[in-house]
Amino acid sequence: MKFISDIVDGISLGSIYALIALGYTMVYGIAKMLNFAHGDIIMVGGYAAFITLSANWCPMWLSLVITVTVCTLLGIIIEKLAYRPLRSSPPLAVLITAIGVSYLLQNIALLTQSANPRMFTSIVNGVPPFLQVFKGRGAVFFKENPYKAEGIKSDLTISTETFLAIIVSVIIMVALSLFINKTKAGKAMLACSEDRGAAQLMGINVNGTITLTFAIGSALAAVAAVLMCSSYPLLTPSTGSMPGIKAFVAAVFGGIGSIPGAMIGGVLLGIIEILAKAYISTQLSDAIVFLVLIIVLIVKPTGIMGRKINEKV
Amino acid sequence: MSMLEIKDLEVYYGAINALKGITFSVEQGEIIALIGANGAGKTTTLHTISGLIPAKRGSVMFNGKELMKTPAHKIVSMGMAQVPEGRRVFAQLSVLENLTLGAYTRKDKRGISETLERVYEYFPRLKERRTQLAGTLSGGEQQMLAMGRALMSKPSIILMDEPSMGLSPLYVNEIFKIIEEINKNGTTVLLVEQNAKKALSIANRAYVLETGSISLSGDAHELMDNEQVKKAYLGE
Repeated sequence: MKFISDIVDGISLGSIYALIALGYTMVYGIAKMLNFAHGDIIMVGGYAAFITLSANWCPMWLSLVITVTVCTLLGIIIEKLAYRPLRSSPPLAVLITAIGVSYLLQNIALLTQSANPRMFTSIVNGVPPFLQVFKGRGAVFFKENPYKAEGIKSDLTISTETFLAIIVSVIIMVALSLFINKTKAGKAMLACSEDRGAAQLMGINVNGTITLTFAIGSALAAVAAVLMCSSYPLLTPSTGSMPGIKAFVAAVFGGIGSIPGAMIGGVLLGIIEILAKAYISTQLSDAIVFLVLIIVLIVKPTGIMGRKINEKV
Repeated sequence: MSMLEIKDLEVYYGAINALKGITFSVEQGEIIALIGANGAGKTTTLHTISGLIPAKRGSVMFNGKELMKTPAHKIVSMGMAQVPEGRRVFAQLSVLENLTLGAYTRKDKRGISETLERVYEYFPRLKERRTQLAGTLSGGEQQMLAMGRALMSKPSIILMDEPSMGLSPLYVNEIFKIIEEINKNGTTVLLVEQNAKKALSIANRAYVLETGSISLSGDAHELMDNEQVKKAYLGE
């Protein structure tokens, strides 16, 4: 039972990583840059959600809308101000700028929100667990423990937060796949990621496509922020950096630039992390995650779904 | 007024002067060949016209409109398409997806499917392989796809960069036959080629580009008999 619960937790955490990794991988695929400020957009999303959720005037749906809007606009603004002027600069200049943006966001948060951690209230606070299984007595969904009076504890509990993270991520990933493979704007993104110059010759506005990519990636980060803070409620100005780096690992693990790769990489990484925590060592779990990255890079440098670039002459 | 008028076009790559003020024009309905050796500036010329490379000086007038300040993606909907050097098809997308992207700037669904049928008539092979990934096509088929993709925008002028490069003689003949056919059906062609013999045989007029300047120009058949051209480009 514990193993099942660990796997579900891993999938849930992994779904959140996958949402973040999608932002990394899409931006890498289309703008050919690593946006190391991506993790900090999650942090901004966390504070946006925290502030609006704690305000009395703001209903939860509006708080979610505001969080997604704030992150989307932030992504677009960062791209316009910091990255666009460097479009034809060497990759190193862009990379360093991205790191600079990351520190800028963290320090703005430090100045305005202080270093004191905030306790994030889950968006499904007060909702009973999604599933509780009692050996020999069956399972209950979305109900308080019916055997509490008898002193019986559930043998397997899946919290609503865990369930929500998986469901929301699956819906978003299906929607994103449909958008990319079925719509004109999505096809334009694929074309830009393969050959920017040729895409321009088709009449595709490359700058517009890059802006759209940043907008989508940042919106996904906002959703990830709310899901993550609901499950892991401690919010500080550096909240985004570790999940950001792990999602980057997930993107590389899956094959950077590949959208299905980011999804698979994210989920696998989440499972590895939770299993490492449960069965090896809590302290070493992060080290194990990065060890996985090193092994992947040695064995298959292009990642699970990464493709070699074949050029036909 | 010419359809396409290039005047004193100067392009630099850093300190390197790639085009040293070239002037030429293309009339409606013509096939114009731009021939020259490697590094003469042929591709640079096409990329500057299409807006992929900024020019330092000069002007590019297309149907009376200045293209120098027009972003590349807006030039396509004005009626100009380019078949880039080395094909540059989208290898991870299917043949049909590549062709559909060629019509990216168009909104008339019926018109697009009519043009698609037209392209399939020019290149029946593409119809057979429409679900195949473009990267799995042979070089000649990719060239056909790149040409079909450019035609999908229904251009009034099509710029072709080295369509014969790397192809077997059989494919070269087929490709050049289709270029003539495309031209007969009303599309003006600006053709950049290293295969000077082939290019001159189908062109109306030609310009010879030499290290960033136009050294010769005139009627294509006359240029074919020109001693200088014969020696330098036709290997006679």
